[in-house]
Amino acid sequence: MTYFADVGALARKDLLLELRARDTLPAMLLFVVSTLVVFHFVLPAESSDLAATGLLWVALLFTALLGLSRSFAAEREQGVIDGLVLAPSDRSAIWLGKALSILAFLGLAEVIALPAYALFFRPVDAGLVGGVVLADVGIAAVGTLLAAMATASRARELLLPLLFLPLAIPIVIGGVGASVSGEPARYLGLLGLYDALFAIICWASFEYVVTE
Amino acid sequence: MSTWSRNNRLPALATLALTLMAAAIALIFFYAPLDEDGLNQKIFYFHVPIAFTAYACFGWGGWKALRHLWKGDEDADLESYVAIHLGVIFGVLTLVTGSIWARYRWGHWWVWSEDQLVLFLVLFLFYCAYFMLRYSLPPGPQRANLSAVYALFGVALIPVSILAIRLSQRFIHPIAFDEGGPNMAGSQFFTFCVAVLAMFAVAATLYHLELAGKRLDIRLRELREALQ
Amino acid sequence: MIHARALEKRYGDKRILRGVSLDVGTEDFLLVTGPNGSGKTTLLRLCAGLAAPSRGELSVGVERGRLGYLGHEPLVYRELTAHENLDLYGRLYRIAERRERTGMLLERFGLWDARHARAGSFSRGMLQRLALCRTLLHEPSLLLLDEPYSGLDDEGERLLDRELAERVARATFVVATHEPERLEQFASARLALA
Repeated sequence: MTYFADVGALARKDLLLELRARDTLPAMLLFVVSTLVVFHFVLPAESSDLAATGLLWVALLFTALLGLSRSFAAEREQGVIDGLVLAPSDRSAIWLGKALSILAFLGLAEVIALPAYALFFRPVDAGLVGGVVLADVGIAAVGTLLAAMATASRARELLLPLLFLPLAIPIVIGGVGASVSGEPARYLGLLGLYDALFAIICWASFEYVVTE
Repeated sequence: MSTWSRNNRLPALATLALTLMAAAIALIFFYAPLDEDGLNQKIFYFHVPIAFTAYACFGWGGWKALRHLWKGDEDADLESYVAIHLGVIFGVLTLVTGSIWARYRWGHWWVWSEDQLVLFLVLFLFYCAYFMLRYSLPPGPQRANLSAVYALFGVALIPVSILAIRLSQRFIHPIAFDEGGPNMAGSQFFTFCVAVLAMFAVAATLYHLELAGKRLDIRLRELREALQ
Repeated sequence: MIHARALEKRYGDKRILRGVSLDVGTEDFLLVTGPNGSGKTTLLRLCAGLAAPSRGELSVGVERGRLGYLGHEPLVYRELTAHENLDLYGRLYRIAERRERTGMLLERFGLWDARHARAGSFSRGMLQRLALCRTLLHEPSLLLLDEPYSGLDDEGERLLDRELAERVARATFVVATHEPERLEQFASARLALA
């Protein structure tokens, strides 16, 4: 169980850093609410509620990207990632710890975003909430690994959305499907499958992202 | 024998590809019967084999990426890159031929209800990002590792996307759902198989050609370095 | 402890290390010297497992958790305090008496009074002291030190001298420096990179 102790220590460190610097979560919250307000003006008066749901997913995705692009900032600045890589813990613990902290940020951003959406557009149902929860897992898993990749490259923040969006298309399909269709089960199933498959790949391959 | 086959693999492959291609074209235009789609149905014999070849290239690139990560085979990085590079070229050709087909069949250059077309668009975007990643890193082991991990993501993305895009048709195009596969006559199926083989042979030739060129570059650089 | 044959490291077209061979025994203190850009840092990174050799063999006879690495960067979070940084590493290295070890090292390196200050507010010399605490925290049996004296003031240099003298019999050392005079007294083997 030392593995989970390592993961816990790393995730705790990220939350502590956020508590200290407060530079990611407030930005995510402000961004998601501003985007929803912008979307009110994007939608013409006669457009259906379904369009608003689609836009909610766009807002959530880009909010996640905003958080992800900052996720390895502390490690990058001082090359601290080397210190974590040298520690005896399994390297995948670095990924899992970071993914959990991203998941916490996403969850907190959505605790604000979903009520705001319900207030501005239309009520939130169980399918939507289920979709958001499962999508968060996939976004955190894949996004964390891609953020680590982007950090290593010259293009950095610029590269992350390019790497992430094609991989996020199944998440969007599953999420929007779960929110708008009468029978969300099969879309939730797709999201669950995506989460499981990509979490395993990320878990197994993270070591290669941080070592040579 | 092995030296002979190594030295002559490329010409042999090229000959095979040319022969198969000529045979496929002859079969497509002079042997395979026309169906109700008329002449534009001929593009089916190009479009689908090209799509298959693109999948094969992506799959091969993913396999080589796995080899690189698993066995630390340095050469596999180059092979994976070359395979994906070819896959993107065939992917673009799939998009172009598919678009032409859609134009003659449905009157539009782009139809979102065609699963294959949408999937190739997603894959095209994905592998463009692969190149962006590769070009934003200095050559070396880190670039090889990151490219390989991303290429593996691609292999997982293909089946998940197929599933997702099929599901998405239910809320985007509720009507266009036809489970029946293509009903091919024997002669059509034969022509189709030859066309697929021909396309594979062309891809294999290009793969070895590009690989040989890239290896020559590397060798040249090493020699130049040794001389310094 | 470390065994390397014909080690080569290249980054793309640039060759940093070329044909380096070395054997470091358990009791050894290897001094690696050479001008800037001769590959001292790269050699230490290879030994630490932070990079893999392009060619040649390298075996390091100690597991990752028993290795202490001091690089150019202090490898600490600027937004965390000195104590929090060491506590995080203490957890990752699974040190049972984390609190005592952390306190003892901070005390030794004269950082006790600054333990609740953010590492980002530290001077270059204080960061180097904190990095030394981080490196020694888990009592490593192989120490890889890259320019350990850089940034230290007279007092800090004396502290490090004392620390090295105490540990030289207990641990294996590979130390890279471009000014070897201060370390000559400890060295049992030398490697000059060109």
